[in-house]
Amino acid sequence: MNLNYTPKQQAFREEVRSWLAANVPVQALQSFDTEEGFQQHREWEAKLYEGRWGMITWPEAMGGRGADLLEWLIFEEEYYAAGAPLRVNQNGIFLLGPTLMEYGTEEQKQRFLTGMATGTDIWCQGWSEPNAGSDMAAIRSSATLSEDGSHYVINGQKTWSTRAVWADWCFGMFRTDPASERHRGLTFILVPLNSEGITVRPIPQLDGLPGFAEIFFDNVKVPVDCRLGGEGEGWSVAMATAGFERGLMLRSPARFQETARRLVELYRANQQHVDDDPSIRDAVMRAYLDAEAYCLTTYQTACRLMQGGKIGAEASTNKIFWSELDLQMHATALKILQCRGELLPEGPDAGDVGRWLDGWLFAQSGPIYAGTNEIQRNIIAERLLGMPRK
Amino acid sequence: MDFTFSEDQLLFRDSVRDFLRAEITPQRNRELWLTDTGRCSALWQQMADMGLCALTVPEQYGGMGMSELDFVLLAEETGYVALSEPLLNTALLATPLLRDCGHAALAAQWLPRIASGDARVIVGLEINTLVEDAHCADLLILERNGALYALTPDQVQLRENPSVDPGRKLFAVEFDGAKAEKIAEGEGALALIEAACNRGALAVAAQALGLAQRMIDISVQYTSERKQFGAPIGSFQAVKHHMANVAYKLEYAKTPLYRAAYSLANSRPQAGVHVSHAKLVACEVADLAAKNSIQVHGAMGYTWEVDLHMFMKRAWAFNSSYGAAGFHKARVAQRIFSDGALLGAGNTF
Ligand SMILES: Cc1cc2nc3c(=O)[nH]c(=O)nc-3n(C[C@H](O)[C@H](O)[C@H](O)COP(=O)(O)OP(=O)(O)OC[C@H]3O[C@@H](n4cnc5c(N)ncnc54)[C@H](O)[C@@H]3O)c2cc1C
Repeated sequence: MNLNYTPKQQAFREEVRSWLAANVPVQALQSFDTEEGFQQHREWEAKLYEGRWGMITWPEAMGGRGADLLEWLIFEEEYYAAGAPLRVNQNGIFLLGPTLMEYGTEEQKQRFLTGMATGTDIWCQGWSEPNAGSDMAAIRSSATLSEDGSHYVINGQKTWSTRAVWADWCFGMFRTDPASERHRGLTFILVPLNSEGITVRPIPQLDGLPGFAEIFFDNVKVPVDCRLGGEGEGWSVAMATAGFERGLMLRSPARFQETARRLVELYRANQQHVDDDPSIRDAVMRAYLDAEAYCLTTYQTACRLMQGGKIGAEASTNKIFWSELDLQMHATALKILQCRGELLPEGPDAGDVGRWLDGWLFAQSGPIYAGTNEIQRNIIAERLLGMPRK
Repeated sequence: MDFTFSEDQLLFRDSVRDFLRAEITPQRNRELWLTDTGRCSALWQQMADMGLCALTVPEQYGGMGMSELDFVLLAEETGYVALSEPLLNTALLATPLLRDCGHAALAAQWLPRIASGDARVIVGLEINTLVEDAHCADLLILERNGALYALTPDQVQLRENPSVDPGRKLFAVEFDGAKAEKIAEGEGALALIEAACNRGALAVAAQALGLAQRMIDISVQYTSERKQFGAPIGSFQAVKHHMANVAYKLEYAKTPLYRAAYSLANSRPQAGVHVSHAKLVACEVADLAAKNSIQVHGAMGYTWEVDLHMFMKRAWAFNSSYGAAGFHKARVAQRIFSDGALLGAGNTF
């Protein structure tokens, strides 16, 4: 064990920091759940790509830097500390990208990775359906191979698809074998959202903005070379071994550590009138410690993976941990803001309420998306602890 | 940056684990409760033979010169079996204190005896009110009014106070300060006391994690066997989620512990805060493990016969040893609420 950064890692941190200092937009971008904000974020992705900061863990040939996981964590720390924009294409670069690298053909990698990295192609995910939420294996949307084998014809409906309103592509799972049940007979397919027969219906989220959408497929033709992995192998492609690395990228500790730091600041600025409720001080402290613990465990896992270790079922603990933490931090912030906690920041008398309310609304979804926390608890009990399924 | 243990550290942990689980069974603990002292010299010697007593003793005194970081995984294992021998007090508190107190003669007299398993040396700090295992100490090092004294058994009067945990032996210790050997006072004593308290809290935190794991294991086994409504109760989701809640919190209590051990071993400036973080979350998770484990056992968990209670009671007893939550929270608060504190992403290590 050696908890010092190497000179190379420190130099890397400096490099990231100075690039961000020179390039992060001074004026915060609009929400990417608005059309204009979406476009602004797309441009930011292009800028990151130009500096080869778009996806540093990707190979150099694909516009990355071949960075290791520790460098990734350092990058994220600097990224969040600099207040840089959220990543509008995280579905592409963090989720689909690694899967493409593992399962894609050479031709598919050439075709999709660059567009993904430059922000030209923004991706959304199509897993959930009206009758397939937690029970994803209940997917019914179908893809039928044409007689000449040149394309699939897709019918059905996906829902809750984040950023689908302005996205360019969707990846997801479709049933290619109509006689199949559950995990079998599913195929992973990449679908251009401008295809004929697609209707996207925006769904406003808690904040009123259309952050996700329903996608209807009505005889949508998709060339067969948009299939990722073999026909009927969709489930295993989706559950790819890269699972943890993807999880690690989806919610890096830096994000929560920065929220915790801002929470400490907020508390200190308002300490005089909130200390009447001692539970607030306690909650602030707890938030800080938990965010740090999440960071520590992530570093440990990254180090283990870099030494060739495998990630075990204990990785399923992280989703619950960060989503509960995020809720707790924002709840505490609103308590500190007291009566101003309910005010939207644009209110004339809201004062300096910051983005806490927005964060609170979004934090509500953390225990739901990416596998609800109940499902995570089932997984922990059955796979990590070995408790009986029946 | 490498936040993992070495192959050697893990291998040694494995062999200590095998030894402890074979020797310190719940049955053995129950037998020890019925003896006069509750302690066993033969067991102590076996631990010494494994190198456990010599681990932290400097090489010049016949030890291995290892650190808190080498010991922390072993401390978890002693918690897992609810070991009652004062191994951690002797190896993690007394030994570094004798090494660092600046009394060459005292160190030369006691450290080789500790290393060989010939002596149990116990540190008693005022933060704990009572002194653990004073009855089996060959030498006591006691804090009194900001000074440290070294005392042999004939120099003290002991008054035993039974604990809820039949494995713990706690004593009020009286002695005549004028006749006792004062080994440190003033600033020097304060530094030694603070270091000992940090090591004690680290030892308790590590054991608490071992206890939490043990309570999970016992509960998983019990709920897999016990049937109601025609199915193992462990297949019911309410029962599963009780255990999953302990398991995920346990994962996030481990790394603060390992960082604390590293920081102590390397004399990092934030070591005390790191220890406090580790102690707070470790005791919380052990507490939760106790609460949820008794619940999933039903009435069985409320009995003396089922082994669960020895682990629950140890966890309860540990809650306030080497600093109640308030003590540790105050240290954390001092760091994060002070002007100019470097907080947030990139300031973890
Ligand atoms: C902000 C947000 C973004 C999303 N983005 C996407 C996206 O981009 N693409 C996509 O495909 N999906 C997306 N989703 C959908 C998400 O994956 C689902 O909401 C999630 O899988 C839960 O499914 P459900 O909403 O149908 O809830 P349900 O499955 O109906 O669950 C409702 C409640 O029942 C509980 N429950 C269900 N089954 C069990 C069980 N076996 N044991 C215990 N409890 C159970 C759940 O835990 C939950 O509390 C998003 C959701 C949100 C909130």
